[in-house]
Amino acid sequence: MELIEHSARDLLGLLDRGEITCEELTTAYLEAIRQRDTKVQAFVSVQAADALEQARRVDEKRRRGQPLGKLAGLPVAIKDVLCTQGVPTTCCSKILQNFIPPYDAHVIERLKQEDAVLIGKTNMDEFAMGSSTENSAFQITRNPWDLERTPGGSSGGSAAAVAACEVPLSIGSDTGGSIRQPASLCGIVGLKPTYGRVSRYGLVAFASSLDQVGPFGHEVYDVALLMEVIAGHDKRDSTSVPEPVPPYREKLEEPVRPLTIGVACEYFGEGLDAEVERAVREALEVYRRLGATVRDVSLPHSKYAVATYYIVATAEASSNLARYDGVHYGYRAKKFDNMIHMYSRTRGEGFGPEVKRRIMLGTYVLSRGYYEAYYLKALKVRRLIKEDFDKAFAECDVIAGPTSPTPAFKIGERVADPLAMYLSDIYTISCNLAGIAGISIPCGFTKSGLPIGLQLLAPPFAEEKLLRIARMYERETDWHQQRPRL
Amino acid sequence: MSAELPYRVVIGLEVHVQLLTETKLFCGCSTKFGLPPNSATCPVCIGMPGVLPVMNRRAFELALKAALALNADIAPFTKWDRKNYYYPDLPKNYQISQYDLPFSRNGWLEIPTAQGKKKVRLIRVHLEEDAGKMLHDETGMGRDSLVDLNRAGTPLLEIVTRPDMNSPEEARLFLEELRLLLRELKVSDCEMQEGSLRVDANINIHIPQGDGYVATPIVEVKNLNSFRSVERAMAYEAQRQYEEFRRTGKKLGEVPKATAGWDEDHGVTVVQRRKEEASDYRYFPEPDLVPVLVDQAWLERIRAELPELPSVRRERFQTQYQLSAYDAGVIVSQGLAFADYFEKVAQLTGDAKAAANWCTNQVLQVLNERKITIESFPLPAESLADLIRKQRQYNVNPQRAREVFAEMLKSGEAAETIIRRLGLDVSFSTEQLRELVRKSLASQPKAVADLRAGKAKAMDALVGQVMRETRGKAPADEVRRLIQEELAQTPA
Repeated sequence: MELIEHSARDLLGLLDRGEITCEELTTAYLEAIRQRDTKVQAFVSVQAADALEQARRVDEKRRRGQPLGKLAGLPVAIKDVLCTQGVPTTCCSKILQNFIPPYDAHVIERLKQEDAVLIGKTNMDEFAMGSSTENSAFQITRNPWDLERTPGGSSGGSAAAVAACEVPLSIGSDTGGSIRQPASLCGIVGLKPTYGRVSRYGLVAFASSLDQVGPFGHEVYDVALLMEVIAGHDKRDSTSVPEPVPPYREKLEEPVRPLTIGVACEYFGEGLDAEVERAVREALEVYRRLGATVRDVSLPHSKYAVATYYIVATAEASSNLARYDGVHYGYRAKKFDNMIHMYSRTRGEGFGPEVKRRIMLGTYVLSRGYYEAYYLKALKVRRLIKEDFDKAFAECDVIAGPTSPTPAFKIGERVADPLAMYLSDIYTISCNLAGIAGISIPCGFTKSGLPIGLQLLAPPFAEEKLLRIARMYERETDWHQQRPRL
Repeated sequence: MSAELPYRVVIGLEVHVQLLTETKLFCGCSTKFGLPPNSATCPVCIGMPGVLPVMNRRAFELALKAALALNADIAPFTKWDRKNYYYPDLPKNYQISQYDLPFSRNGWLEIPTAQGKKKVRLIRVHLEEDAGKMLHDETGMGRDSLVDLNRAGTPLLEIVTRPDMNSPEEARLFLEELRLLLRELKVSDCEMQEGSLRVDANINIHIPQGDGYVATPIVEVKNLNSFRSVERAMAYEAQRQYEEFRRTGKKLGEVPKATAGWDEDHGVTVVQRRKEEASDYRYFPEPDLVPVLVDQAWLERIRAELPELPSVRRERFQTQYQLSAYDAGVIVSQGLAFADYFEKVAQLTGDAKAAANWCTNQVLQVLNERKITIESFPLPAESLADLIRKQRQYNVNPQRAREVFAEMLKSGEAAETIIRRLGLDVSFSTEQLRELVRKSLASQPKAVADLRAGKAKAMDALVGQVMRETRGKAPADEVRRLIQEELAQTPA
């Protein structure tokens, strides 16, 4: 195995034992980015000089025997939706193309405090709206397992960067599946924490009541490590929960016993790819062999999840994105006749088609005369979806199913059909509506060599248990050790 | 209905007041007025990407305090909503406000009108963030407008009344009473000039017709920049509506609601636009903030912090000091410091009537002349009390006492010193005075006869002789009383 192909866990060992320095490691990843990213195009910006300087600082600390952070010297890539002080944060939108935040997001502060090496910002669907990273205003990221295919989205850049071994760890955001779906399509591990577990301060908002920041890594251990760093209360985010953060890695190797896995028939319906279904059913067999009880649970309202999501998320987005108006920062149209014209030209030129579509949808569902029929109704359905999960979790520890109904699809394949694209998130969306935790872990490959992901959903703040259950499966398989040839 | 008007005026007010917090409603920036443009800003109040609001608990408590003093019902559960509209002084292009679940509803404020006390009922009081300020180019050169976001995010209390005010004067009285209350609570400084109090007024008139009346279309009047302009604008607009109704016959509901601006210079309201339909602000619950739960313990703690309210103080002054409703009103409406000053003087002298007279006349006159408040009035309550006591002790007549007061203000000397210097420190016993009065009566039989015949003027001559004999030091009122007593005892 090449150095860059190691998991974060292995790399920490190498660094601890002094077999490599942070500078060497960072240099290796910068070189990997240089060689591979022309093909993958996961990064929208690389902070090579800053990263090397930080790596040397960590080496120096280590040499002097000073206390080191949990991520000491590990390169981490950041989805370009998190504000980084002094480093462009674009959300892969023309409207923020030249925006340089004057502050760090909470998650960035935490990573810096734990001595991470922030190596670059990754590509994404514009404002995290999309499931293929094709909605980026700048570039199209390719799936490292098949460069003709998408890495999924919206955190496609962060997922592809880890899968392509251009970085061992990365951060994404998940509003309707934007971490789990690309993790699944790229054959890595991605976790969406419980709503309120990770501070959203500095995360550029798409849909405030659904957005969560979460980690990507090759292994469960790697995301557990990142979770220890980024989770926790932050008084700058009123929706962040003052719940203590357990040391997620401590009991990671301890199996959960007794263990009941819930299986929802709603997650094995029409549109599910046969190879994906087979891989997921085999994964359930693995759990059975490990002594778990696998039982049916019901999530009767999940059929409304996509519709509910596209009302709630777009409503919030229409308001969240109102601030990009050309007045205070960001892109401003060059020519305009008056103020209203300046607004419309700026937004017309600055936003891409998917963002516009969602702003229009959201504005519509909040308008007088439609609010009750759409937005209020959606909030009611959202509550029913949450209650489905409460009932299901009374009978099982986690709910297992496919992360995405299909493996990675071809670039351009779904661009003309927004609805088909929206259905990529059919299994991941309910988790955000209910505010619960979810993880995607590799559970196989299609015959043509595309990764398949297993999704495990857990009750709010049950991340520790969720990670242990995910690790039980991971120990029995070697999917997570596969690396694409690039 | 005023006797002279052929219609009844109906006014409802919408008042915005800035809360006296150190920091803004959702971030830690200063709320100080008059700082350099955009210096009191941060990523949160500028509406940068990724920022989140955090509620200022102090602001919420001030709002609770105001609502409790306004007798409002406090909601145990309240939430925040986004009001969406585009304007360059609103950096997020939505305002965090309260829509369907404001933290308080109902309530009332009692105002002292000439016809007695009147309750103006409130519909709701809610909390929201203020917008920034636009500075438009006024050179006519078509330069860019500028935006100052120092004010953006300042906590704002919106108070909406029912249409309970029935004259322009009542509208002004309501605003004065509200300002008095909020200042004493230290909730707001209510400075209209600095924009910490802003008023929009909704007005129409009811014109008697048959057994009932017809109502004219409601007009919302804006750009009211003083309480006086509110009063003037309401009087003008009521009459304008009356004349328009006589011309057009248009009634409420027949034309869309209009907005008018008050033109202070020309003293007219100018109808700006008719709203074909109400603006659609697409309100929805603010997902970045959690609802606020107000429990009884919290409410009781705030209630315990409430000082004596002006309306209560007015009542107390009438019962405790036997002041007239008018005097109590004048004293209390000057604010807490003035009322405290009065109370101190009243207590030190044991003569509330005299204290009230001095405070509402001489003291207030000086304050008005010098445009100062009681806090910078040069005579402490002890000095005025001393003057009142000395006046009584030496039987100094009111006019001379006012001279002493003026001297005290000028020289800063004690009352006693001035009284001595002016030679007023002679006191006459009643018997001494009676002797002088008898002399005066005996020496002026014509004046006595005239007075008996009802010529009141004759009294002056009789009093005058006593004053001459005492070189002006005799208490004229007492002399007058004794003259009447003597005349009554000795029949013609």
